[in-house]
Amino acid sequence: MAEAEPTIRYTERAGKPVVEVGGTWTVFSVRGIREKAGKALQAAGAGSPGQRTVDATGLDRLDTAGALEILELAGGGPDAEVQTKNEAQAALFKIVRENMCDAHPDRRVNWLAHWLEEIGRGTIDFYKQIINLCAFFGEILIVVVEAILQPKRFRPSAVVRQMYEVWIRALVIVGVLCFLIGVVIAYQGVQQLRQFGAETFTVEAVGIGMFRELGPLLTAIIVAGRSGSAFTAQIGTMQVNQEVDAMRTIGLNPVEWLVLPRITALLIAMPLLAFWGDMAGLLGGAVACTVYLDFTFVQFFERLRDTVGAWHFYTGMIKAPVFGIVIAVIGCFEGLRVSGSAESVGQLTTKSVVESIFCVIVLDAVFSIIFLLAGV
Amino acid sequence: MTEGNQAISEDLPPKAPLAEGGQITDHRDGRDVVLRLRGIRTQFGEKVIHDNLDFDVFRGEIVGLVGGSGTGKSVLLRTIIGLNQAREGSIEMLGVDTSSLHGKTKREMLARTGVQFQDGALFSSLTVTENIIVPIREHAELEDETMREIAALKVALVGLPPDTGDKKPSELSGGMRKRASLARALALDPELLFLDEPTAGLDPIGASHYDELVKGLCRNLGLTVLMVTHDLDSLNAICDRIAVLLDKRVVVGTMAELLEYDHPWVREYFHGPRGRAARQEQK
Repeated sequence: MAEAEPTIRYTERAGKPVVEVGGTWTVFSVRGIREKAGKALQAAGAGSPGQRTVDATGLDRLDTAGALEILELAGGGPDAEVQTKNEAQAALFKIVRENMCDAHPDRRVNWLAHWLEEIGRGTIDFYKQIINLCAFFGEILIVVVEAILQPKRFRPSAVVRQMYEVWIRALVIVGVLCFLIGVVIAYQGVQQLRQFGAETFTVEAVGIGMFRELGPLLTAIIVAGRSGSAFTAQIGTMQVNQEVDAMRTIGLNPVEWLVLPRITALLIAMPLLAFWGDMAGLLGGAVACTVYLDFTFVQFFERLRDTVGAWHFYTGMIKAPVFGIVIAVIGCFEGLRVSGSAESVGQLTTKSVVESIFCVIVLDAVFSIIFLLAGV
Repeated sequence: MTEGNQAISEDLPPKAPLAEGGQITDHRDGRDVVLRLRGIRTQFGEKVIHDNLDFDVFRGEIVGLVGGSGTGKSVLLRTIIGLNQAREGSIEMLGVDTSSLHGKTKREMLARTGVQFQDGALFSSLTVTENIIVPIREHAELEDETMREIAALKVALVGLPPDTGDKKPSELSGGMRKRASLARALALDPELLFLDEPTAGLDPIGASHYDELVKGLCRNLGLTVLMVTHDLDSLNAICDRIAVLLDKRVVVGTMAELLEYDHPWVREYFHGPRGRAARQEQK
């Protein structure tokens, strides 16, 4: 805003130092005024910064920020004296003087202390998180047992609705990505194995790679990013709107109404999606082999049938539902942890995706060991 | 009550024509018009919310805006503050046609007005002090320390304890959030303040303190206030005039004038048991 400048003049009246202020003192015009005032007073030889009388009769415009600065100039405190003729301005000075208080300075902490604090906080949070997650899992198990005794409590309509979201709507993205990965593996396989003249083993590389690891893992990562995050955001938003609290007061168990259908849906959808991903990957591999190896589709699938055992497929299919449960449980758990603000929805959604992907990969490693010991 | 409902369907007796700006009688007294709405029409799809609406607010007064559910109080407020576009009509704020505002002039206008939303609408990732500093930093470049002092002043001004400044909105109660939101709205000492249901959800003591606060600030800082409210006590206690949304238009008058005004909704609103009780209390 085009503003007139605030003015400061230092004089003496009847042997007493007086500061005359004038012009416009508003939030838009008082930038740098403290420095300016300090200089002006020093130049005039008004040494002591203590109490001074301020004459504000020449003031043009004033707002609370300006009044605050003038009172500071007068030494602050409850008995800072400002002379003014204007009634409205006098009232403004009064109200500001009554409410003046020192601003809290920013809390500054030593970086090492801050760092240690963060580590300590993180460690404690991690343990709490694990305990809470176990408790939540227990809560889910209770509801599952109850639901098995009364199968209607699985709420088939909600499960179907969730399945549409997590399964049908994920088909395209899972299919496309797995197809591309299939192509990439086949291409790399052909390039590397050709050096030993073993390029026909590309079929095994694609088949075993997709069935055992990439199919279920890639699907799980896509689902964690797509559906796990959606679960957290949906339940979290309901938490912010107090919908979850409302459910509790009506006597609906949020675990039964919100969590169980999502877990059931993902439990069913994950193997279906992983299977779909496997098929898309094989198709990608087959396409790549026809291009780089002069295989026909029939040759590719015949070799696949002859060399890749069924257990490679089963291991992947065993993993998939477990991944689904883990993603759904973490997604719902983080959603229910949302409290109060929109910010926490965002934070916990991020957290949910990171945690699900982390858990899926750790579990995948655990499964590898189990399958190794089992010899499949 | 049933009587009132029937009366709506019957032919109403012809009303006296309204004075300029939807007023029952003219109360301008030579004051500036800080807000002038002329011929406002808002509609969503086919549904017309306001039609040919005229409304004036004069400098230094507190105007309460009331109306039944669905008459478009919030829509009118949103239209005035520019969050919703009117189909027709002009809005003149602080003497400037708002449709002519662009870029710099618009920013200046925003700095001269303040809005308090119903649930506070404080930025949840910032502390109260930082929330108050946001508009100051945006519109007036001041030193950090000065801004923090101004924020502390505003926190005290709206009657919050000093340690509130360091808290996040989620740590505050509903009433405190409303006050903090008022503090943010007051950050730049606006000339024109819009409040959306400022006392809704407050206990009666908190609400009357809030009323006193708004009245005091209005008198001392020279504010003009337009508040959407359903609190009959606030209407009685602090509003100079009351604007009623009736039949897609606004009728403005003092409490005394509206008590005499012949319209079934107005009669039911001000002469209903709650209206009577609130007036009794004031006496």
